[in-house]
Amino acid sequence: MNTESPIAIDVRDAVKRYGEFTALKKISLSIKDNEFFTLLGPSGCGKTTLLRMIAGFEDVTEGQIYLYGDEIEGLPPNKRPVNTVFQNYALFPHMSVLDNVGFGLEMRGASKSDARRRGGEVLELVQLSQFAKRKPSQLSGGQQQRVALARALAPQPKVLLLDEPLSALDLKLRKAMQIELKHLQRETGITFIFVTHDQEEALTMSDRIAVMSAGELQQLGKARDIYERPHNKFVADFIGETNLLEVSVDKIDNGHAICHLGGGHSLTCNAVDGIDVGTRVHISVRPEKLFTSDAPSGVESLKGIVKENIYLGTDLSTIINLDEGPDFTVRTSNSERGNKRIFEPGAQVFVNMEMGAARLLVD
Amino acid sequence: MAGGSTSGGSVKADTYAGVRHWLLAPSWLVLLTVVVGPLCIMLIYSFLTKEFRGGVVWEFNLAAYDKFFFDRGLFGDEAPRIEWTYISIYWRSILQAAIATLVSLLIGFPTAYFIATRPTTSRALWVFLITIPYWVNLLIRTVSMKFLLRDQGPLNAFLLSTGIIDQPLTIVNTDVAVQLGLFYSYLPFMVLPIYAAVEQYDHRLSEAAADLYASRWIALRRVILPAVKPGVIAGCILVFVPSLGSFLAPDLLGGARNFMIGSLIEDQFKGQAGDWPFGAAASMILLSMVLIVLIVAARRQARAKAAGGEV
Repeated sequence: MNTESPIAIDVRDAVKRYGEFTALKKISLSIKDNEFFTLLGPSGCGKTTLLRMIAGFEDVTEGQIYLYGDEIEGLPPNKRPVNTVFQNYALFPHMSVLDNVGFGLEMRGASKSDARRRGGEVLELVQLSQFAKRKPSQLSGGQQQRVALARALAPQPKVLLLDEPLSALDLKLRKAMQIELKHLQRETGITFIFVTHDQEEALTMSDRIAVMSAGELQQLGKARDIYERPHNKFVADFIGETNLLEVSVDKIDNGHAICHLGGGHSLTCNAVDGIDVGTRVHISVRPEKLFTSDAPSGVESLKGIVKENIYLGTDLSTIINLDEGPDFTVRTSNSERGNKRIFEPGAQVFVNMEMGAARLLVD
Repeated sequence: MAGGSTSGGSVKADTYAGVRHWLLAPSWLVLLTVVVGPLCIMLIYSFLTKEFRGGVVWEFNLAAYDKFFFDRGLFGDEAPRIEWTYISIYWRSILQAAIATLVSLLIGFPTAYFIATRPTTSRALWVFLITIPYWVNLLIRTVSMKFLLRDQGPLNAFLLSTGIIDQPLTIVNTDVAVQLGLFYSYLPFMVLPIYAAVEQYDHRLSEAAADLYASRWIALRRVILPAVKPGVIAGCILVFVPSLGSFLAPDLLGGARNFMIGSLIEDQFKGQAGDWPFGAAASMILLSMVLIVLIVAARRQARAKAAGGEV
């Protein structure tokens, strides 16, 4: 994409097999220098396996992994200039916080006093200086998490690998750490590869996201691309909330596809490659792209009856059943401005959308 | 209201504690009779006077301890002189037991680590395999060890046939034979506690060490060993203590010249020496030494814990 920024990690046709089971099926992706890159997917999708292959804990069955142009396959973990923040932190229980943070520095040849001094500086970066002499077991989960981060950052790795580091924290702390991590990444300029199954976390922090499923790369792109322009059904369904409907294509005309929803309803979407008249495909419409009214409005309008209103705090979610057709979920912001009308269950409404809100997906 | 319910709860707790004491009483009784009782008898006997063919005369004195430590007694007219015979037997026993413990550790640690890192399903089998020889009587095992090690035995035959040596090695009736015998007698006591500790060990710590540029050797020294230290200490104590008081291996494999504490004491009660008070005194001295070692070890561990516990 950008020839100026060097490639930090280049994965080429990487395959990982455990006996008969294939955990990774020919993955290729390039992670740029100084990037906050996220591997996102449900558990068992192979994201952690890929991370462990980069760290050197798993060997590569086929393919290559390059770190700043050098192939690293065959190098043991202790010879790779990458560090990991482990999911369970894996702090050394018998060492003080400061000795934990200084461990990597010492192993790279720093003297004990030097390791302590520089470890102290990194502890300051994560605001834990006052806990330097404590043992890890005397810290809270959030503090342990920051020690693990400091320990991995201290030797100034070329790439920092983070394996679901926030999954054990409660929601508030997790949100705070997401922002802190993002800041740390910008401050240190180190390439971060972050593994998570939490799509919201991925959208919040990442420069780019690789969505994975069943050992395959589903889509790679910026957060906005992945949310707004999902390539396939899996990505649309996994990232955010969506109305996912199975439709049949009635007509393709001038780049537009007319899709039949059932119950006499139809929608016009932008056509995509690989779709022919008569094929059954899926469309995805984000609930916040829809709006309700008592008379048709916008490019597309579908008539239905309100089934249920669900209050979500910031939003109101309304489920509408199209006459003899599928259900649609419509999300309306609860802001004071706009003076939106709320339709009670049983009321007849129109579900409206602008052109391009409904996206055709290939499976 | 709140006060009432609290006192009700404590009455209940008191009743429960009372019941618990009664239920524990049989265990206390057994422990007192089989552990504390014999020790008290030994302690008292060590201060009594010996009867000619075993047994004791009820006259209290320090003769047994005097005999152990002094050649020319504390209670004679001349200046006391230290008797080295028994002290040197003790010293050699400590050395033998220490070497046996070290060898057990060197062999037992990798064994325990190997077993603990097998798949869960096969671990039980490995542990069982380790304990199989110990279903056979210790005496028989020690005797077969002697056959294995003797000049015309299979070990020498093998070494001669491979050309590693051209003269049979004399192992039986040496210190090495005693150390081998002790090592073989007590190896599982080293393997099992270390196995338990390594099984609890979180192997992700080794990954973290490797990730932070530690070689395998450094990871072992700086991360794995400190984490499994309690198991190693327990194993060393469990091998060292019985080795120190053992008499089968020294008797059968060491011959007359390689006398150890256990044989000395055994001789006082069963053998020709027949000096019960002296045997009792020798046992008490051994017990005191073991207790001192255990107390020092426990204190050090408590101090290490306290150091970790404070801010």
